[in-house]
Formats: sequence, structure tokens, C-alpha cells
Amino acid sequence: MWVVPTIPPALYLILSGILFMIGVIGAITRRNAIVVFICIELMLNAVNLSFITFSRFLQSIDGVIFAFFVMAVAAAEAAVGLAIFVMLYRSRETVNVDEVNLLKW
Amino acid sequence: MAENFGILFQWLIFLGMAFVSIVASLLVITRKNPIHSALFMVLTLLCVAVLYILLYSPFIAIIQVVVYAGAIVMLIVFIIMLLDLEVELRSKMKVVYSKIVGVFLALLFLFGLLYSVVAKPPTGEIGSLTPDRMANNVKTVGESLFTDYVFPFEISAILLTVAIIGAVILSKKRT
Repeated sequence: MWVVPTIPPALYLILSGILFMIGVIGAITRRNAIVVFICIELMLNAVNLSFITFSRFLQSIDGVIFAFFVMAVAAAEAAVGLAIFVMLYRSRETVNVDEVNLLKW
Repeated sequence: MAENFGILFQWLIFLGMAFVSIVASLLVITRKNPIHSALFMVLTLLCVAVLYILLYSPFIAIIQVVVYAGAIVMLIVFIIMLLDLEVELRSKMKVVYSKIVGVFLALLFLFGLLYSVVAKPPTGEIGSLTPDRMANNVKTVGESLFTDYVFPFEISAILLTVAIIGAVILSKKRT
């Protein structure tokens, strides 16, 4: 009888790699600070996908716990990062990353 | 025969969700309006949440929808509406070179990742958590979180408190 093979873990990892690369390209090429921030969240999400994949195929709970902590750190990062954007917009009237060079020397 | 249909259905869901998530994330990085980017980000996050359910992790799927799609993207949309952003300006010539180099380096990185995934299957000790036990994993996650990982859990609580205080202090109007 013909048996359909189950989905191999390599496909999930390849999808995670593609999503991570799209996030990297967005963070490099976009100039709007908020879109760069969204792309960083996309990269964190791709890493979470590969954590869960390893947790499923190595049958261990540790990957799920690490994905949980990654989400907690992402929430903290969102709160502080968006507060920085609000402060930046208040003082410079822009969130374009090319025009914000206060720390450059 | 019934197992065959089940696995075939899993393949269909996986391929559909992978396609939609890749297309939505490409739209995230190409749309000019940041609010469109944020809404396509929600679509990508929901597709990845469906993949989590396919990987027998319903707890992380629910947390993904509540925390990411519900809280973080809602915060981003709220900030975009507060800031009244102009449409992104066309970039200058010297930025184009950096874009080409950046995309090239990112593609090189992707090839490295794909090679390392395909060349060798993931190695490691197989644990005791079979898919049957994984399927109702809220209890398992809770037990592990409050016994083995209780110290990182407390650290993340402190981190969230510090982040809330930092956000309030940063966005306070200077007197």
C-alpha cells in the first residue's frame, strides 16, 4: 500500500530560514524606523518557529519554554522601543533612520 | 488509509500556510505605508500560529495570537496612528548600493542556513515527550516552567516590570 510520508523537520527549518532572511532584508533596506522594528519582530518569530520545530522532533519541552521567553523579551522590547520612537518623533519630527545620527561621530 | 488522508491533509495545511506566510512577509517589507506592513505582519503571525498547532504546540499558538498579534502589533499600529508619518521618501543613490550589498549578503546567509539544514539531519537525544503527551502541553509547560525554569521565569517578570517603568519614564513629557 502506498504510504504518504510525514512532513520532515527540514521543511519547517527551511521555512524558518526564509522568513528570517526576509526579515533581515527588510531591516537592512527599509528606512522607516517602525518598519525596521516590524522586521525585527518577524526575525524573532522565525527563530521561534525553529525552536518549536526542534522541540517537536526531539520530543523535548525546552524549545517551547525558550519560545515563551523569546515572546516575553519581544513584548518588553516593543514597549521600550516604541517609547523611544515617540520621544524621537517629539524631538526630531521624523523617524527616518538616515536622519537620526545623534550617536554617530 | 485513514492515516494517509490525515497526513495528506497535514501536507496541504503546511504548504498553504508556508506559501501565505512567505507572500505576506514579502508584502510586509515592500509596502510603502507602514500601517499596511503592520496588518500583513498580523497575517504572517496567524499563519505561523497555525503551523505551531501542526507541530503539537497549542499553548504557544494561543500565546502567539494573544501576545504578538493582539498586543505587540496593536501597540505598533497605535504608535503609527499617533505619529502621523509621511509616506517614505525615495532613497538616494548611495543608499541603493547599500541595499544591493545588503540583499546579496542576506541571500548568502540564506544559502548557508539551507545548506546546514539539508546537509545533516538534526542530531540530539530524543526526549520522552511523545506527540500524545505534547498535544495537551499546557500542563507540561506549566510544570516545567515552575520547577526547572523558575529562576528565568522570575527574571523575565523583573524584565517586564523594568520595561514598563522605562516606557513610562521615556514617554513622559519633559518638565
